[in-house]
Amino acid sequence: MATTVDVNGRALKVNAAPDTPLLWVLRDELGMTGTKYGCGIAQCGACTVLIDGQAMRSCQMPVSAVGAAKVTTIEGLAGTHPLQEAWVKLDVPQCGYCQSGQIMSAVALLAQNAKPDDAAITAAMDGNICRCGAYQRIRAAIKDAAAAPVATSAKV
Amino acid sequence: MNKPLDSLSAPTRRSLLVGATVVGGALLVGCSIPDALSAGSKFKPGAFGPFLKLAADGTVTVVSKHIEFGQGNHAGLAAIVAEELDADWSKVVVEQAPANAKLYGTPMMFGMQGTGGSSAINSSWTLLRNAGAAARAMLVEAAAKTWGVPAAEIMVSNGIVSHASGKQSGFGPLVAEAAKITPPQAPKLKDPKTFALVGTDLVRRKDSAVKSNGTALYTQDVVLPEMLTAMVAHAPRFGATVKSFDDAAARKVPGVVAVHKIPTGVAVVAQSTWAAKQGRDALKVEWDETKAEKRSSAQMLTAFKNLASGKTPAPEKNGWAAFESKGDAAKAAAGSGALDIAYDFPYLAHATMEPMNCVAMVGKGPPRLVFGSQFPTLDQINTAKIATVLPGSVEIETLFAGGSFGRRANFASDYVSECVHIAKKVGGGRPVKLVWTREDDMRAGYFRPMVHHTVRVTTDAEGYPATWRHRIVSQSIMKGSPAGTPKLDDSAIEGTKGSPYLKATPVVDAQLLIADTGVPVLWWRSVGATHTAYVMEHTIDQLAKRAGKDPVAYRRALYQKAGAKRHIAVLDLAAEKAGWASPAQAGWTRGVAVHESFGSVVAQVAEVKMENGQPKVGRVVTAIDCGTAISPDQIAAQMEGGTCYGLSAAMYGAITLTDGVVDQGNFDTYRVLRNSEAPTVETHILPSTNPPTGVGEPGTPVIGPAVANAILALTGKPTLSQPFVKA
Repeated sequence: MATTVDVNGRALKVNAAPDTPLLWVLRDELGMTGTKYGCGIAQCGACTVLIDGQAMRSCQMPVSAVGAAKVTTIEGLAGTHPLQEAWVKLDVPQCGYCQSGQIMSAVALLAQNAKPDDAAITAAMDGNICRCGAYQRIRAAIKDAAAAPVATSAKV
Repeated sequence: MNKPLDSLSAPTRRSLLVGATVVGGALLVGCSIPDALSAGSKFKPGAFGPFLKLAADGTVTVVSKHIEFGQGNHAGLAAIVAEELDADWSKVVVEQAPANAKLYGTPMMFGMQGTGGSSAINSSWTLLRNAGAAARAMLVEAAAKTWGVPAAEIMVSNGIVSHASGKQSGFGPLVAEAAKITPPQAPKLKDPKTFALVGTDLVRRKDSAVKSNGTALYTQDVVLPEMLTAMVAHAPRFGATVKSFDDAAARKVPGVVAVHKIPTGVAVVAQSTWAAKQGRDALKVEWDETKAEKRSSAQMLTAFKNLASGKTPAPEKNGWAAFESKGDAAKAAAGSGALDIAYDFPYLAHATMEPMNCVAMVGKGPPRLVFGSQFPTLDQINTAKIATVLPGSVEIETLFAGGSFGRRANFASDYVSECVHIAKKVGGGRPVKLVWTREDDMRAGYFRPMVHHTVRVTTDAEGYPATWRHRIVSQSIMKGSPAGTPKLDDSAIEGTKGSPYLKATPVVDAQLLIADTGVPVLWWRSVGATHTAYVMEHTIDQLAKRAGKDPVAYRRALYQKAGAKRHIAVLDLAAEKAGWASPAQAGWTRGVAVHESFGSVVAQVAEVKMENGQPKVGRVVTAIDCGTAISPDQIAAQMEGGTCYGLSAAMYGAITLTDGVVDQGNFDTYRVLRNSEAPTVETHILPSTNPPTGVGEPGTPVIGPAVANAILALTGKPTLSQPFVKA
């Protein structure tokens, strides 16, 4: 069944069965492998993407449920988002596998709360597991990015 | 893991050699192990040796013989070369070495190529300093020839070769000429006092950008022409095998290409991950459980306890084995007023963020693997056995891996072998990506062993240990090694063995008993120290409490008796930075712990409070002596991450079995530490001029006892089993 999904501002044709999770459509069919598989049951956050600006777990969202909503993946940030720059500045990643999801959750947080305090940060980020335990640098990088001027080039 | 293959004996060397030669049918008698293991390899290093490539555009490529799966070793390895080469750090990149034991093996690991035991930096220190210094000398000589000036007058700094006459050049234009020069065998190394890069905050990760923009390549992300994706139905109980299966429904799933029986189960091969999963889930498999482990973990623990107490006699073969024992054992068993305690530790899953996976091509030319290989030589040997080729001919392209924590270093190359079996069935060299779901990963085993300790300590008039009786019952990680289970498995006792507290105790009777179950076990970040550090450090606080002494002062006195100077130094540094001498901030209680592992000594002071009936950890002050610090920021990162990994296990980690079936399957049932529960770790590095020692693992085992000691101070009660928070 062919359908169209809006990913990072482009309307992309998709042939996957309607019940296929968005995660596997992004990865296997559209070749966007920045979004990761970690648990498949919305427990770890590695697959986090933005759906109309909200952080959602793509492993639990059938592609048929996306409809006309705008999907933003890590590829859509183009490496220039203030959060990505803060991630690099503070050497946040270790193994790095969870970081796409961490960054997407952080993007949604800052879009709603430009100056989050510690409690707001951990509340927004508790759905994203990092087994390397880069948590304190994730908190620091979010604060660093929140203090930075908002780059107009980053589309979210 | 701690020197994973270090304790293997001479017969193991032979069996490895046999493993390396018989499969190919070639007779390689008389070869060294690295020669035998690399036979068939077509790889040839370039003019600057196996660890370094210089390009005409000035790029300096450091070739890492170790995988990067989070530890930050690539930053450190690159810095060692760059320092001796006087390279421009911004032009340095890191590349994974191909699989070749002769060029990239580690003597400590029997000449095999692999990453483990927190040894990447330590085992590369001298090699890479020499590689950098040799290339520097070659560039200098090339410049001297080109410019017609004496080599001794040439300077190199920050990637620029220069002469007082005003002549100067980047590395790039000199590379072709330098490549013609024979590398010096013993190049002059720098005086560490003159290091400009090593030990500074200029040493940063090289992979942060690609790991922050989604382009870092993991096995999960590999896409190759004609590639198929496979998932495997595994038996629900360890030791079961396929009796029969019905794949009619599986084959009807659109996208499913084939179904194959393999030694570990039934594989469904498909055109996409989702099709493979749906196909796998549609299989009906009947298992032969004749040889399966059907006990619950609670029954296994009872069996361990009965062995420790003597209620069940030890088997005659492989019975109790003594270590660190001295004085009259009867005395250690007797005496009134002893502290008499026992500790239990559950199985633990590694639960890496990226579940196990592999890409293999078999049946056209030499077998080729593309994945995050932690032990390329083992993976070559195991692949060679299945594909019947020479191990050295197996090509491996090593990618980033989404964590390992010991999981990917496996004597049987379990999931790699599984992928190779499937790729062999598919044949024709067609790429097959094996994907494990989280549930596959968590239930397939290779856990940190379940362990039981009993400790009985009597004290002298001043409250210090007079006699120490210690029993450990554990499975052996070495069971799967070519040598089989040793009677005294170091990986089960390290940390109790070598403890300064035992050194300071006049009478010691310490013994290990290797018990067995059908559950496969493996190294798990910091290995033996995951339990021994807890037992030693929490016992010490209980003894200090009985003696009415301050835990820091009590430790210092024992370290003085033992001559453990490095322990004293980190203890004092952590205590000072944590403000141990003054009260903790209101509402928080401090706990301290110190442990040596992988050549490094770590002390931590943790601030803890009880929140909703469970411990909440705030600030954790860490002091580490890891010899020469290469990348202070990455050392701090490993202390931060190692602490979270250890705290996650101590607080929540447990794999349990009911009637032989693993109860947990995903992060909803195997709870792990989340951001709001992660402490803020402050790292202080002890200045040192010794060679660098481990960093990846030593931060893991200390937090558990530090928190337990804070709880002891707060409630007066010891915590004798993990996890602290029961499911």
